[in-house]
Amino acid sequence: MTARIVLLHLAVLLLLFALQFIASDYVILTLTRIMVLAVYASGYNLLFGYSGLLSLGHAMFFATGLYAAAIGTTRAGLSVPEAFLAATLIGVVVSSIMGVIVLRARGVGFMIVTLMFSQAAFLTVLYFGDYTRGDEGIVILDTIRIFSFLGRTIDLTDPLLRYNLALALLAILVALILVLVRSRFGHVLVAIRENEDRTAMLGYDVARYKFIAFVISGTLSAVSGATYALMFAYAGSTLASIQYSIHPLLWTLLGGASTTLGPMLGTGVMFLLVDFASGFTNVSLLITGAVLIALVLFFPKGILGSIRQRYLKWLP
Amino acid sequence: MTAILETRGLSRNFGGLKAVTDVDFTLEAGEIRAVIGPNGAGKTTFVGLISGRVAPSAGTILFEGADISHLPAFRRVRLGIAYTFQITSIYAKLTVAENVDLASHQRGTTDTRSCLEQVGLGDRASQVAGTLAYGHQRLLEVAMGLALRPKLLILDEPTQGLSDGEIDNFIELVRTLSKRATVLLIEHNMPVVMSLAHRITVLDRGSILAEGTPEAIRANPAVQAAYLGTADA
Amino acid sequence: MSFLPHLLLAVLEGTVAAAVLALSALGLSLVFGVMRVVNVAHGEFFMLGAMLAWWTAKMMPGGPFAGFIAAFIVAPAAVGALAFLTERLLLRRINYDPEATIVATIGLLFVIQQMALTFFGADAKPVAAPFSYRIVFPWFGYSGYKLFVVVASGAVLLGVWWVLSRTRFGLIMRVTQFDRETATAFGIPVNTVYSVVFVAGAALVAVAAVLIVPIQQAHYLMGLDPLLMSFIVVIIGGLGSIKGSVIAAFMIGMTDGVISVFFSPTLASIISTLAVAFVLVVRPQGLFGAETR
Ligand SMILES: Nc1ncnc2c1ncn2[C@@H]1O[C@H](COP(=O)(O)OP(=O)(O)OP(=O)(O)O)[C@@H](O)[C@H]1O
Ligand SMILES: [Mg+2]
Repeated sequence: MTARIVLLHLAVLLLLFALQFIASDYVILTLTRIMVLAVYASGYNLLFGYSGLLSLGHAMFFATGLYAAAIGTTRAGLSVPEAFLAATLIGVVVSSIMGVIVLRARGVGFMIVTLMFSQAAFLTVLYFGDYTRGDEGIVILDTIRIFSFLGRTIDLTDPLLRYNLALALLAILVALILVLVRSRFGHVLVAIRENEDRTAMLGYDVARYKFIAFVISGTLSAVSGATYALMFAYAGSTLASIQYSIHPLLWTLLGGASTTLGPMLGTGVMFLLVDFASGFTNVSLLITGAVLIALVLFFPKGILGSIRQRYLKWLP
Repeated sequence: MTAILETRGLSRNFGGLKAVTDVDFTLEAGEIRAVIGPNGAGKTTFVGLISGRVAPSAGTILFEGADISHLPAFRRVRLGIAYTFQITSIYAKLTVAENVDLASHQRGTTDTRSCLEQVGLGDRASQVAGTLAYGHQRLLEVAMGLALRPKLLILDEPTQGLSDGEIDNFIELVRTLSKRATVLLIEHNMPVVMSLAHRITVLDRGSILAEGTPEAIRANPAVQAAYLGTADA
Repeated sequence: MSFLPHLLLAVLEGTVAAAVLALSALGLSLVFGVMRVVNVAHGEFFMLGAMLAWWTAKMMPGGPFAGFIAAFIVAPAAVGALAFLTERLLLRRINYDPEATIVATIGLLFVIQQMALTFFGADAKPVAAPFSYRIVFPWFGYSGYKLFVVVASGAVLLGVWWVLSRTRFGLIMRVTQFDRETATAFGIPVNTVYSVVFVAGAALVAVAAVLIVPIQQAHYLMGLDPLLMSFIVVIIGGLGSIKGSVIAAFMIGMTDGVISVFFSPTLASIISTLAVAFVLVVRPQGLFGAETR
């Protein structure tokens, strides 16, 4: 049973590894992007899918990582690894502070409040345009992105290297999520999602569990944001906007909430869809909207959720 | 005998409504105490105050001599106060065993099997809890309570929806259990109360109307007027 | 200009903003109060109202006044019709599940917004005020139309209050708000009440849009601001509390106006959000919401 689950996840990662030998440059770039954003979606899923907390403001954590990395490398003189580490730590701090505040709200209140804080963060990015360069964004120069680490030269402008780094990050994430959701901790999160009152009356400190899930989720989002900035050399305010809070929700719902591989799959499928339709120019938001409505109406469990329900009961 | 639980001047208002008023209550370790009273008397609110689900407007609660009035519910559970909901509250989408696992894991034990067998759900461990009959869901609640290994087990109308045979088993179960834990039982079913309770507390409109042995309560004219008279009729 | 006249200007601007905000927040609050769902596309109903007002005014011969009157009829009616369809085809089918409704209306938000971009284009659209009377203060002149906006909003708010507290329909709505099952048991056609409330909420925000559009040009991205501001108002006022919403709209509108005039609108929005944080930390149910536990 457990072996089957581990094998499935290994197979997915191996498939992604093998793809680099046959895929075109364009596909490599797109897949790199998908893998980096899948980290964001999976972090989101931990909170939404497993703990039942629907955040509409995760862009603030994504942007935290994004700008920490971009400003860290371009202004604070940090090296890429240092900036990555700093962004992760700042992600922990920011999501802890936000967690203390927003987790006081429940249900619909939680959704609205996360949305609003994210908007405040977005406005803050615009307000400090001198540092963030607002809409135009920060570009990280190639000279910064080629650096030496542990005696080796690492060139982040090399697409294949980026691909494999993203894959490594994704592999770590998949392992982490898998261990988390199958642990006692993960089971308690699901219990909170299913019946919060009951879980408290079984002696669990519900507030603490939610807080920890929130911080892990926010930190993973920041890690994804930092990786995004460093790999694609750019941080702009669009990436902090509400749209970027909705994306992980959409990806997670599409792939299947509370499935380990769903968010990744959803991210990929959405990229395909938008790519396929982009012949009609700039319709990505229209598709986003239409898919959200269609999912809610006809397909609430998403792709993997439905597959699990019908065929593969063991799917984690 | 020593008191395991004591409340002093315990009150709770909902807006203008006094659901529990100025209740002084003492529970001896090891006893089975029944709390009875007409609908809306404040029984659920009273045990809610004890378990920490409801915040008191005034008064103190002592558990094993320590003031727990302001402890959050989950801490009280860890101190040994378990509560089964009047309105069934289980994890409907999880299996019966997973439900009880959540309770026993919190305690760091592996009691699930034996708890399920004690309440008679041993053969339903892998059934999805939401598909159980109502009475069996109530028993599942009790099993979760047992798995918490409580010192004080609060049962809020546990026999609702059980068949006569199941009620007999349940009475046996509570008897066995009371060797390990103090039981506070809210119950409308008078035969169950009379056969189990060492003492009975009668609540009426938020206050204690009478307290005593089953015989004394049965003979109490005030209680008969307020409650038994209508129930026995 | 010295400080006091500047402050007067800020207060005037704040009052105008508050009046319009109260209308749109009331729409959101009404829907939440009765139906227990949050309509995230609320701001897009606002945008659509503004776009339709521009379109009607352009199509209508006979000058700005005739255009304004026509817009006042067409925009709320058309937006109300769209809301009716939304309620029937979307919300009812997902059984008003709070979470699903939020996700679905986010979808609707993007669809409406992108449709508006496709049909109306990306440029801002000015609408002439129905009249151009200016009130002359010793220090500056002030648009008479803006004061009309305040009066008109006040009148609409009074009208809504009257319907809610003095009519049979208001009573029916309050029963439905209290408990859906009870309402059904009393023979109240809950589905119809929901339709009416959802349409009314959308019409209210469309009216707000028609009023604002001579002051602020119509643009396909204009919906987000009123949505977030309405959220702020509704949270501070307590979800579902109408009196709270109106009071909070004035608090927020006024603060926003004053800070916008003296500092920057961005800063004003950031501060409003922090106000919400404060409210949530101190009173999770809002300032005027009822105690729940
Ligand atoms: N959360 C609440 N908000 C407002 N009123 C409440 C709340 N909980 C209970 N009440 C009121 O307090 C009073 C006591 O209720 P409670 O549930 O404690 O009675 P009970 O004795 O358990 O009744 P029953 O036998 O029906 O279970 C009732 O009038 C009830 O309506
Ligand atoms: Mg009760």
